[in-house]
Amino acid sequence: MIEPTALYTLTGALLILIGFAAIMLKRNLIKMMLGFVMVEAGVHLLIICFGYIPGRTAPIINAPDLLTDVAAMTAVPQQFVDPVVQAIVLTAIVIAVGVTALMLAYVVRLYGVHKTLDVGRYVSLKW
Amino acid sequence: MRQILTPIVLVLLGAILWQAIPFSAPADISEIGRRFVEFGVADNRAANIVTSVIVNYRGLDTLGEVSVLFLSVTGAVFVLRRREGLTLAKPTPSSELVATGARLLFGPILLFGAYIFAHGHLTPGGGFQGGAIVASSVLLLLLADRDRALAHNALGWIESMSGFLYVVVGMVGIAIAGSFLSNKGILPLGLWNDLFSAGLIPIIYVLVGLKVGSELASLIDAMMHSGEPETEVGGTQA
Repeated sequence: MIEPTALYTLTGALLILIGFAAIMLKRNLIKMMLGFVMVEAGVHLLIICFGYIPGRTAPIINAPDLLTDVAAMTAVPQQFVDPVVQAIVLTAIVIAVGVTALMLAYVVRLYGVHKTLDVGRYVSLKW
Repeated sequence: MRQILTPIVLVLLGAILWQAIPFSAPADISEIGRRFVEFGVADNRAANIVTSVIVNYRGLDTLGEVSVLFLSVTGAVFVLRRREGLTLAKPTPSSELVATGARLLFGPILLFGAYIFAHGHLTPGGGFQGGAIVASSVLLLLLADRDRALAHNALGWIESMSGFLYVVVGMVGIAIAGSFLSNKGILPLGLWNDLFSAGLIPIIYVLVGLKVGSELASLIDAMMHSGEPETEVGGTQA
């Protein structure tokens, strides 16, 4: 029986490998870009897994006694997963969206100039 | 050559990942995460600790992140706006169902996005997610009517003013509490789990939501209105 955390981690590592395979083997620019997106998704999954502990919940504090006990507002950390990795991944996802949009914009421009998506035919920088 | 090199590189990368990744869950959360969870409510009164980390503890990083998003969107829009070499295809007009549905749904989706970024300190969500939802309502509107022109000036103003106010809020922190983006003693922290609580966090997240929403909306607009090639995209298949 493989434990769920190892399964998520393996999935993240596999996504990274598949993404790199797509970047190196595919010649179509859109497919290479999808490889980058898969690497990004795998990295996000991996980072989330580093802070995940089975049986714990997302770090959103939901304790009704805090409503009355304003003075002693400290939560018990034993029931939450790590908030730092989640904040990092939230940041990374937004950056990934921007980078993907930039890549797509360049693909559109390259298609406009070369009339092909095949990187093998972009010969202007070859020697 | 590629077919020989690729498996070698992949095997090496796989070996590195296999060595580097701990495949079992950690025994406990990191020390800094533990402190954030423990004192997050006492410091900021925000129920969502992730929001507390993003907007307060690592607020400066979030400002940098917003700048990175701004730069990449600016680059993408700049690249897409130059049109030479692109032949514009005549867009197929959308059906009556899509047009009516878009008009009906635009308001509620926009409102839902605003709800997400106004409640970022209480529930899962926040400025980035809410901004993305706001932009998706604009996407729906543009899908229904390709010729609809967005108010670029208004979008630009919202985008730059919210970014500017984010920095101003940080400067207020320097003036009053002595550190950039501080949340101590500027606004009353209020009660835990109230909408008007957590000091500056909801204000900053609303600003981030407006900024992200207007940036992504102008990105979508640039992508929709840049020239689409007349022939089917595909090139030579790999």
